[in-house]
Amino acid sequence: MPTLEIRDLFVALAATPDKPIVKGLNLTIRTGEVHAIMGPNGTGKSTLSKAIAGHPDYVITSGDVLLGGKSILEMEADERARAGLFLAFQYPSEIPGVSIANFLRAAVQARLAEGEEIDATAYYKRLYSKMDLLKIDRKFTSRSVNEGFSGGEKKRCEILQMAMLEPTFSLMDETDSGLDIDALRIVAEGVNLMRGEKLGVLLITHYQRLLDYIVPDFVHVMYDGRIVKSGDKTLALELEAKGYDWVKQELALSASAAVATA
Amino acid sequence: MSAPALSTTPAEGFTSTRFAQHLSQRAYLPAWWLEAKKAAWNQFNALPLPSRTDENWRFSDLKGLDLSGFTVPEDHSQKIPNHSGFAQAAEIVFSNRQVVARSHVSAELSSKGVIFAPLDEALRQHGDLVRTYFQKHPANLGSAKFVALNTALTVAGGFLYVPADVEVDLPFVIQHTLTGNNVSVFPHTIVVLGPRAKATVVEFFVSGGSSSVTASTLARSAPAAERQLVSGVNDLHAAEGAQLTYVGAQRWSRETLAFQINSIAVERDARVLSLNLHLGGRQSRHESHSRLLGPGAHSEMLSLTVADGDREFDQRTLQTHISPHTTSNLLYKNALLDTAKTIFSGLIIVEPDAQKTDAYQKNRNLMLSDTAEAHSLPGLEIQANDVKCSHGSTSARIDAEQEFYLQARGINPTEARRLLVSAFFEEVLNKLENEDLHASLTALIADQFKK
Ligand SMILES: Nc1ncnc2c1ncn2[C@@H]1O[C@H](COP(=O)(O)OP(=O)(O)OP(=O)(O)O)[C@@H](O)[C@H]1O
Ligand SMILES: [Mg+2]
Repeated sequence: MPTLEIRDLFVALAATPDKPIVKGLNLTIRTGEVHAIMGPNGTGKSTLSKAIAGHPDYVITSGDVLLGGKSILEMEADERARAGLFLAFQYPSEIPGVSIANFLRAAVQARLAEGEEIDATAYYKRLYSKMDLLKIDRKFTSRSVNEGFSGGEKKRCEILQMAMLEPTFSLMDETDSGLDIDALRIVAEGVNLMRGEKLGVLLITHYQRLLDYIVPDFVHVMYDGRIVKSGDKTLALELEAKGYDWVKQELALSASAAVATA
Repeated sequence: MSAPALSTTPAEGFTSTRFAQHLSQRAYLPAWWLEAKKAAWNQFNALPLPSRTDENWRFSDLKGLDLSGFTVPEDHSQKIPNHSGFAQAAEIVFSNRQVVARSHVSAELSSKGVIFAPLDEALRQHGDLVRTYFQKHPANLGSAKFVALNTALTVAGGFLYVPADVEVDLPFVIQHTLTGNNVSVFPHTIVVLGPRAKATVVEFFVSGGSSSVTASTLARSAPAAERQLVSGVNDLHAAEGAQLTYVGAQRWSRETLAFQINSIAVERDARVLSLNLHLGGRQSRHESHSRLLGPGAHSEMLSLTVADGDREFDQRTLQTHISPHTTSNLLYKNALLDTAKTIFSGLIIVEPDAQKTDAYQKNRNLMLSDTAEAHSLPGLEIQANDVKCSHGSTSARIDAEQEFYLQARGINPTEARRLLVSAFFEEVLNKLENEDLHASLTALIADQFKK
């Protein structure tokens, strides 16, 4: 079974490589599993997911990310995507002038062997069926990518792309934010349909609400650039009840305990 | 006249002996034509090459304007890449200077008086008509010397005449293909639409054979790229109420020095849309001069350039509003990559009588490289007091977040850039009514990105 292994990862902004944002993060995701990461604002969740996807603003200063046992650090962003990684953006870009249909077509075409041409009829059939599933109006195919989309439409469009590209591992950065309750249900259903032996998911979220719909196998708390606590789905409930101060206090306690035993 | 920056002695290819031979081979053509050629030849020799102090050549690479060593080809090549691939009214294909393929207009159109012929044939059969419109309104943007060379040596070119009230939906296609090293070609196309006539003309300019290159073959065959010279001229006329769409698409070889001089004359209530697509050449100069001659005349001047490698694209435009109530709209878009250089210099002149003129001019540059250079020199000269004019230029870097978004979906960087450049060009391409033509230009642009 393929794995995505994040090993002792340090990530900094390319402009300030000596100031790590992600500070020694370890996490292994297997296909078939859904992991949720929760953590306060500014703790490095988006930085982690963008660095894994190969965003040029970030550098991995040490550690490794292995996809199916092979390091992806030398790969360009597009190669990583074709290797099976998908990033559902917290803030998806608007691309005026590039239609959803042409954009997804180029992305599907990019996964075909050299010289192989996309079957346009089959492509549209598939695209429409995924759109219907996510209750996205078919008229959206001719609209420019994310341009003038509402927050919820953007997020649904991210899921549409994920459904079309069938990644092995999907990093979903706050896909629930900006969704009303109906949209949340639709998006969650979409993800649950894709869920299975062929897909591993890393779900970044602030809200327990999402985890009622997409029930995670593991929940991790990220704080100050690393994972400080892991558990099952009950951890999210506990977090919701007690807040991050609880985690901070635990951390302080264990730190002072460490000092005491030293 | 200032001293020429470079030698004006005709290079071996353009000697007087060669010119005399050229004339004697064409003794069957009308006398006025041969006289015009002689005068042009003398003018070509008398005029200096552009010099540093010439405002019309500001920022241009003058060292690149080297005419030495070029010859006038006599043989044509059979290796003709086909560019149209869409339904057309008729087509003429030139290889070097000769017609190598041709389809005629339908009997119906021909019975209505539509003439579509190679220039040589038009001169023989419709000499007076050609004479009326040949360089009737010469463009005046600095290339008189190269226009003179065109007149002196032109052989290839199309002549289209659409009489009053005849509308033709399908495009007329003229293709020029140039093959061989140190060869030159001088296309001259004349388009005349009578009152209320409607037509579309598409002209393709390509280097043939192995040098009609995609970027990849270009990279492989770079040292062998053929050195070529082109000086082309167009005379486009739209009589009262006529509607003309003209598309010129060039993809010359890596080592081509190209001049293309457009003259657009728009009469009362007529409308001309011209769109030039620039993809190839080493140094490519394009001049376009619109004259709004009657009230209600409109000229839509459009251009798209993919400037890659170390090519130079030098574009000079003039919108002359002569009559009142005339409109013009210029939109030139350049996508710059690598170490390419573009120059846009545009002027709007509103003459004293041209009250209620509405004129726009915009140059937009999309920078895909930090080492590319875009120069923009917009200008206005308004002699009337009740007009609406605006001009401007913008240069924007390609959006890194958009690039990453596309790549994060598995699209490689080159294809991502192609998509973003196509998106940037869409505003211009969307002005074409003919969807096949739109698709054909999109495909040509896509080819330029294949690496
Ligand atoms: N491109 C950037 N430029 C400047 N600072 C950045 C950039 N990316 C991240 N940072 C900084 O790094 C830290 C982590 O940011 P990140 O977006 O990864 O947090 P997050 O955990 O995703 O927060 P949120 O829950 O608000 O989405 C923040 O202090 C942020 O300001
Ligand atoms: Mg974030």
